[in-house]
Amino acid sequence: MVTIKKIKQAFFIALWFMVLTFPIMVIKVNTITDTVVFRWSYLFWNGIGTFFASLTWNYFLHLKENKQKTETSDDIPMVHQLLQNDRFRIPFLIALAVFFLIYPFVFPMYHTSIMISALVYVMLGLGLNIVVGLAGLLDLGYVAFYCVGAYAYALLNLHFGVSFWLALPISAVLGFMFGTLLGYPVLRLRGDYLAIVTLGFGEIIRIIMENWDDFSNGPRGISNIPPPNFFGIDLGQHGSVIYIYFIVIALVLMTIFFVGRLENSRLGRAWIALRDDEVACQAMGIDKVKTKLTAFALGATWASIGGVVFAAKTSYINPMSFTIWESITILCVVVIGGMGSAIGVIAGALVLILLPEYLRAVAEYRMLVFGALQVIVMVFKPDGLIKSVRKTYKFKKVEE
Amino acid sequence: MEPILNVKNLTMTFGGLKALDNVNIAIEKGQIAALIGPNGAGKTTFFNCITGIYEPSKGQVTITPPGKSSQTLKGLKPNQVTERGLARTFQNIRLFQGMTVLENVMIGRHCRMNAGIFGAMIRPKSQKSEEKKATYASYEILEKIGLEKYVNEMAVNLPYGAQRRLEIARALATDPFLLLLDEPAAGMNPQETKELDDLIIWLRDNEDLSILLIEHDMKLVMSLSDRIHVVDYGKKIAEGTPKEVKSNPEVIKAYLGDDSDDA
Repeated sequence: MVTIKKIKQAFFIALWFMVLTFPIMVIKVNTITDTVVFRWSYLFWNGIGTFFASLTWNYFLHLKENKQKTETSDDIPMVHQLLQNDRFRIPFLIALAVFFLIYPFVFPMYHTSIMISALVYVMLGLGLNIVVGLAGLLDLGYVAFYCVGAYAYALLNLHFGVSFWLALPISAVLGFMFGTLLGYPVLRLRGDYLAIVTLGFGEIIRIIMENWDDFSNGPRGISNIPPPNFFGIDLGQHGSVIYIYFIVIALVLMTIFFVGRLENSRLGRAWIALRDDEVACQAMGIDKVKTKLTAFALGATWASIGGVVFAAKTSYINPMSFTIWESITILCVVVIGGMGSAIGVIAGALVLILLPEYLRAVAEYRMLVFGALQVIVMVFKPDGLIKSVRKTYKFKKVEE
Repeated sequence: MEPILNVKNLTMTFGGLKALDNVNIAIEKGQIAALIGPNGAGKTTFFNCITGIYEPSKGQVTITPPGKSSQTLKGLKPNQVTERGLARTFQNIRLFQGMTVLENVMIGRHCRMNAGIFGAMIRPKSQKSEEKKATYASYEILEKIGLEKYVNEMAVNLPYGAQRRLEIARALATDPFLLLLDEPAAGMNPQETKELDDLIIWLRDNEDLSILLIEHDMKLVMSLSDRIHVVDYGKKIAEGTPKEVKSNPEVIKAYLGDDSDDA
């Protein structure tokens, strides 16, 4: 509904925007000819644009609020409803499998390469989802474990010639250990404080890699990291990209499988209990220390495996690949996808990583559009793209 | 026979404030005991000290689970206290809101289950049957408490009275011998209070439980309790049967104030 009040409000917002953007949109100083140009038409269009944008925004907010009044809050997302329906689920899964199987053969190598990155983020997202989504521990240094995995493969290969396949389990164990290591000092922390400490941890790992020249080759990084070995056969560049693609698909499937099981296990429930109420959780007999540490450790394990794949795919790593920005991107994947929801996180990773690549068409506005989309998702779908749904149990007559 | 819970000289100080001052309370097996006192008397602090949320400054807490030998609760963490058979509910409802009703109860089973990381990921047979057992055991508890129709609802969507009962169900799932209820009737209407009264007596008689409750609803306390302990300003001022406590001048003073104050 568009009311007089809303129009008035939009009018004032437009006015305020015109004032705010006046210096950058209207005044243009040409330093060479020493002239100042006033582009008044910009002011006009800016005002009109803001006015209508504000009206549309309010309209959709209004729609959303009305919808909330008529529906209960525990609505099951459409995707889940469809997936529970057998007639839909099986053809859907087959279509999905076929799509991912033929993908690298149909699309050019560039697209396969992007898809590999996106799938690595699916793994990272699912891993971080354990820590942030299930256990409710805000971790801003997640990239540290990604870094540990990547460097573990690169260095072990450089010094000892360790192959990709051996590096996977080794770095999984390393990730698990580093996760526990970070877990210990932050056991007492929650929320903002935890975020700051993990942020510091993430930076420490990166700075060590940047400065400990003898160990990690410093900012120059490590190059010539071999791609995974296929029974000693040289696959060529294109071949090995396709090979990595299928390895990642397998790893992602494995992650989905294990994380799904964890979510509805004794441990998964303990994580959610810890997230919802720490005091009550302990009073119900849950060991807080163990539960927190396993969340950190398991989250780190998947980041570490993701790191190995990343190193093998790019064949070159340096500390600049593991900045705080990466942590934030992974966190965005989890939050925008839907905290605690595996399907949501997968969707989030694909959207968040693939979208900027395909938005290259709009060149310099790419990041602007991307940012705007994130804001829109958070305002209109605060639970994420696909929110989490807990398992339901069916009971027939109780068996004695 | 040894009392199942024996609290001796329990003292808890926060800085200069003595929240509990040499409190002695003993609870016999099969008893429904009540802990009453004006607001701020230290009742919830007492619960927190016993269940390991606070570490008491002084005093001993000893438990004697039925059929087992006595042990002290000194230095145990809350989850270890729960493992030893003391379960509690909270004054301000503390359910796990992101979980279904059944899962809330299953959390109570947590300390009686063993599955670890690999058990959860690989799901061997032993873990599958454990999980199934826990699911059914939790469902049975919901049936006993009368919440089975809500099984798959999110806990947060339950009506208020049902949330209070769910807290009791969750505590029951930990297999306690002593149930500590912190104001279970707070905010309930007379009908719900009546149902709670029946439930508590039913639990004592059929589940072999002893119960210690904090409550402000005097009608409920008087009809329910075998023994009442009264605290005021952290000190225990009286103990006895409902009848004795009702006529105790100290208790009347604590609740209604001293006449000499008005002068």
